[in-house]
Formats: sequence, structure tokens, C-alpha cells
Amino acid sequence: MQQIKSAVITFIVLTILTGIIYPLIVFGFGQVFASYEANGSLVTVNGKIIGSALIGQSFTDNKYLWGRPSATGDHPYNPLASGGANLGPSNPNLLNAVTDRVNTLGANAINPAPIDLVTSSGSGLDPDISIASAYFQIKRIAKARGISEDSVENIINKNAKYPLLGFIGEPRVNVLEVNLALDGVK
Amino acid sequence: MIIAYIDLVVFLVVLTFLSIVLGRYIALVFNGRVSYLSFIERPLYKLIGNTGEMKWGQYAKGIMLFNIIGIVFVFIFQLIQGALPLNPQHLGATTLDLALNTAISFVSNTNWQSYTPETTLSYLTQMLALAVQNFLSAATGVAVLIALIRGFVAVEKGTIGNVWEDLVKSTLYILLPLSLILGFALVKLGVPQNFNNYQDVQLINPQVVSVTVDGKTTTNRFTTQTIPMGPVASQEAIKMIGTNGGGFFNANSAHPYENPNAISNWLEMLAILLIPGSLCFAFGRMVGDKRQGYTLYAVMTIVFIILAIGVMLAEFNGNPAFYHLSIDGVMNLLQSGGNMEGKEVRFGVFGSGLFAAVTTAASCGAVNAMHDSLMPLGGLVPLFLMQLSEVIYGGVGSGLYGMLIFFAVLSVFIAGLMIGRTPEYLGKKIESFEMKMVALVILVVPLLVLLGTAISVVIAPGLVGMSNPSAHGLSEVLYAFTSAANNNGSAFAGLNANTPYYNLMLGFTIFVGRYGVIIPVLAIAGSLASKKRLNVTSGTMPTHGLLFIGILIGVIIIVGALTYVPALALGPIVEHLILFK
Repeated sequence: MQQIKSAVITFIVLTILTGIIYPLIVFGFGQVFASYEANGSLVTVNGKIIGSALIGQSFTDNKYLWGRPSATGDHPYNPLASGGANLGPSNPNLLNAVTDRVNTLGANAINPAPIDLVTSSGSGLDPDISIASAYFQIKRIAKARGISEDSVENIINKNAKYPLLGFIGEPRVNVLEVNLALDGVK
Repeated sequence: MIIAYIDLVVFLVVLTFLSIVLGRYIALVFNGRVSYLSFIERPLYKLIGNTGEMKWGQYAKGIMLFNIIGIVFVFIFQLIQGALPLNPQHLGATTLDLALNTAISFVSNTNWQSYTPETTLSYLTQMLALAVQNFLSAATGVAVLIALIRGFVAVEKGTIGNVWEDLVKSTLYILLPLSLILGFALVKLGVPQNFNNYQDVQLINPQVVSVTVDGKTTTNRFTTQTIPMGPVASQEAIKMIGTNGGGFFNANSAHPYENPNAISNWLEMLAILLIPGSLCFAFGRMVGDKRQGYTLYAVMTIVFIILAIGVMLAEFNGNPAFYHLSIDGVMNLLQSGGNMEGKEVRFGVFGSGLFAAVTTAASCGAVNAMHDSLMPLGGLVPLFLMQLSEVIYGGVGSGLYGMLIFFAVLSVFIAGLMIGRTPEYLGKKIESFEMKMVALVILVVPLLVLLGTAISVVIAPGLVGMSNPSAHGLSEVLYAFTSAANNNGSAFAGLNANTPYYNLMLGFTIFVGRYGVIIPVLAIAGSLASKKRLNVTSGTMPTHGLLFIGILIGVIIIVGALTYVPALALGPIVEHLILFK
């Protein structure tokens, strides 16, 4: 009986400490010292929230930079069903899907598609593509917008991020940031 | 690949340094030399009332009571969450089999998740039921380990410490401070911590999605995106620190809100191995011979390096099925390249490969890439790391007590047989009772894994869960039972496990895999504590140094390989041969 009482008391006290007080301290810290990040890194344009800098969106219009294939539930980039396609490397469905994407992008031997642009991401919400994948799309974007390829490339280069110290992280651009820059609003 | 080696070396140097520092601190905590939180401790012990030394039976009873209360609490919480606050999506009760599976899974430090959190559990359920167990299950692991260490240290004593004091000390002095530090860092790096409603945002480029079902095409237009929010950072921190691995979101640490960039990825990997690594050093100090700790840490690190390089190399080389397509998959200054299916651009093949090795070396189970889409040999590494009984660093507490009982004791026994001496470890004679218990735990876990897999691939409810064909389908099921029995919690997530069959089968596997080890470990602790301590003589086999490191690695690999190679041959190895033919 004494054991049960001790167990219950230990459980209740530690639950209050780790389940209520601890998350509230982190909450307080976040709201005071990092309120933009703590509230989801939301991006506002003309007073309207148009997305989160960390959560990828589906772009399909020719004038925009496209993100990676996404396998989230009933429609791509659905944050309520984050996750990958979970296709094994030997699954014929994976090969078929990748082949379709290569064809849709019009890739060929001279201008091959970067691998990250034809494979689905782990979260289905990947906000980034590689710099190679961004360069791959310059021609299409410039044509759809009627602007020079150089100006598109400039915008991509301005938003390019490189590995920290050369080995932590990967070369990439944030798709939403580049598209806002292309629209001239950010 | 040179970048991968640099990354790995820098990572291990930082990890080792931090582990030595933290190990010293942990030893001080359990030797009663740290007391800055005694203003919380003292009144709490008075309330608990029972703070005397315990025999192993009482200690084990305390652990079981504490964990069963946890299971009941988490189980009920999921069923009544609809009536509780902090539930912006008005989510109702989960199914009974799911609630039971999740409760066992979180209380046992496994954090297998067969549900999609963002559409299943409220903020309050995640924060007050699940994240709390991230702390308490880790504290349970530390407590059992400390009790075992006391068993080695004690001389002709019947007791192994007080369970309540150990649980409170682990939580207050180790888990909470580390989680606060990591939690603050993660918020600053972009992990949300709020209680806002799910956020609707206006899309710049509205989505038009056509779905064809039975020849009828329906077109849906989406002009908004609904983004879940919540107290993510606090849960994310303890999820790593406590080697739990249960994600706030379905995509786990691949989700940009859980792991926003390469720096958070690095911190999360460090956090996973930090306590398991430092416990080796704490162990050395507590038994009064630091070399014992260095030896175990060296064994873990050597095995880890080899396997981590294996998975990074497999992912770096990419998928040969795509070689004939017009794809550029070679790493260069503009892209990561390699096998990017199921991976995030910000982590690339090295950040994902290293994470996969870290999370399965420790019994964490968080994932930052979908393991189901790893290359066959890339997926074999996480599977094999778990099958080594989660002792390559392993879970918080559980990794080291596993290493000590499964392998260190077994190694001195085998070495003792070879030279015809009574085996002893740390001055304690290893006799038939200890060896029976060791044999028991070495058999329990593989039995759960192999029998569970075998049953599931011959009966219909097991077969319907597979999402990939042929050899890879077998790997999915094998991975699930390996992960459950070893309390890891990661998955080949294509397996549809949210069915009554898998929820109950895996729930049972997790429970026996956890407590079927903890109770024998405590029994051994009790038995060791009552023995006298032998002096070191010229006939004593040293359990430190290169020779013992070699023996220990040999025993770990041989036991793991003998048990699992036949099953691995039918899964990832066959798939590799088909793919690279």
C-alpha cells in the first residue's frame, strides 16, 4: 500500500513539473526571445498571412519555382498529413513515378533533372530545393515571365544558402522566398 | 565522401567531450554530491514517505507500479481528450487498440507511433500525457542502470538504493536541465512553441488536384493551406534527450517544424547520444575505475563508426534503378545528390544517413528521413544496429545496462570458459544465477522479433499491412518487430500498423521487450549486491584495454549476426542483390 502511495505521489509531482511547468517555461522563453520562430515563422504579405517560411507549398504555375514532389495524403503539401511516400528502392511504383516526373520536366541527356526534383521528400513539406534544381528551372520561369534568364538567376543566387563551415547542411534555396522575390514583394 | 568523414569526426569529438563532462556530473548527482535542487527534493521525499534502501524485489515492484500508473494514465487520457482543453481541432477519443499501443509504447521509451499526431491527438494529450512519459521512461532507464551499478559496487549488502529517489534525481538533475537548454535552442532555431489554433494561410498559387476513382474524375481546388501549431519545442527537446523519438508530427524529425535546419539537425543528433554516452563515463567513476567506462565507450564508438559510414556510403551512391534515366544524381557544390527519395534537401544524404545511424544506435527512433526509402544496405544498418540489442550507446540507461548484462558479463563468461577460470566482472563472481538471467534476456528479445515477424508474414491481418512488394515487404515487418522488441520506435513507415492486429501484437512485443529485460537486470543487481568483492590478482582477466575491447566487439557482433543474419538475408540482402544485378 505504501509503495502504491509513493508511486502515485511521485507520478503526480513529476507530471506537473515536466508536463505543465516545463513546457510553459519554454513557451515563455519563446514568446519573449523568439516570437517569430515560436509562432511558426509565418510570412505576411500586405497584411495577409501567405505561408510559413518553413513549410513548403505547392507551386505549379510556370512563372514560379516548383518545389519537390510531395506525398502528403490526398493533395501535395498538405500539412495535416505530413510524411513520405515510403516507396522502397526496388519498388516498381517508385521507378514509374520518377520516370513520369523526368518526362514531365522535359529533362534529357544534355539537361538532366537534379535528383531532388524528381524524388518525393521525407516530410512532404520540404520548403527547399537544391540550387541545381533551381537553376534547372531558370529557362521556364524567364520565358513565362518574359524577363531575362540572368535576372532569374540573380534572384536565385541572392537566396542561395550554402553549407555551414562547408560540411553542415546542403546547398539549397527556399522555394517560397524565391517566389516572393520573383513577384517582387519581398 | 570526404565531407561525410569530416562531419562524423567533428561530431564524435564534440560528443565525447560533452559526454565526459556530463558523465562526471551524473556521477556526482548519484553519489549525493549535488544538491542545488534540494528545496524541491526535500519536501517531495517527505510527501513520498518511503526513502529507505530497497531490496531488488521492492525496487522492481516500484518500477513496475510507476510504469503501470503511466500506462493507465496515458491510455485514459487519449480516450477523454475530447472533453479536455487545448484541443483546437476538436479531436475525439482514439480507438481502444491504438490507445493501448500508444500508452505502452510511450511509457516503455519506445515511442512507436501508428497514428498521425496532427489529426489524432490534442496539444494537451501530447504535452501532458506523451511528453511527460518521455521524461519518466528515460528516468526509469537511468534508475535501473544506477541500481545495477550499485549492485556491482556494494559489498555483501542486500539493497540497491531507493527507486523514488533515483527517479526524482534523474528527472530533476539530468533530464529537465538538459531539455530546457535544448528547448530554448530549438525555439530560437525555428521550432514552434505556442498554443495557437491551426493556422490557415492564403496560397499564392492555388492548387488544383484531380483525382480519378473508378473512372470518375473529381477536381478539387485548394486556396488555403492549414498548418498545425502547438508546443513542439518542449516535446522535441526531451524526445531527443530521453532517446524517446515520438514525433509531434507524423513526419517526425523530417518535419521542418521539428527540425528546421542543419544546425538543429546536428543538435538533435548530439542530444540523442549525449546521455547514453555520458553514462559510460559516469559508470567508470561510480565503480571507482574510469578505465571500465572508457572501454565500453570505445566499444560503442568503434561499432558505431563502421555502421554509420556504411549507411552514408549506401545513400551517397544512389539508386541504380535510376541510372538509365535523365537524372543528375551526383553530389556537387549545387546539390547533395544520392538517394534523395524520402529525404529533405536541408539534410541531404549525409545529414540523413548519419541521423539514421544515430537514432537506431541509441534506442531513439526519431527519423529525419523515411527509412522505408533507404537503399537496401542503407536500411540494413539501422535494422542491424537495433538487432545488436540497442547497446551501441543504446537508450538512456537501457543502453548501458544492456551492454553490461547482455555483453560484458557474457564476454567475461565466455573468456572464463576458454581459460578455465571462474568468471568475474568488477570484482564480482559471475555464477549460475547471473548466467541464467543473462541467457533469459538474450533469448527473450530475438524470440519476440523472429516469432512476431514469422507469424505476421503468414497470416492475413499481418500481410495486408505491407505497402511494398517482395523482399522489401518482409523488411518492413521485420523492422517493425525489431524496433518494437528493442524499444526503438522508428519504422519502415510504409507498413500500415494502425490496425487492431499490429497495435496489439506490437504493443505486447514492446511491453515484454522492455520489462522482460528490466526485471532480470534488477534481479542480477540484487544478487551481485549480496556478494563479496574479490581482490584483483595476477589471475584476474582485465576488463579494460584493447584485448577486452576486441573480445566485447566480437561477442556483440557474433551474437547479433548468428541470431539475425538468416532473416536479414531474406530481406535487405536479397533486395540489394536484385537491385544491383
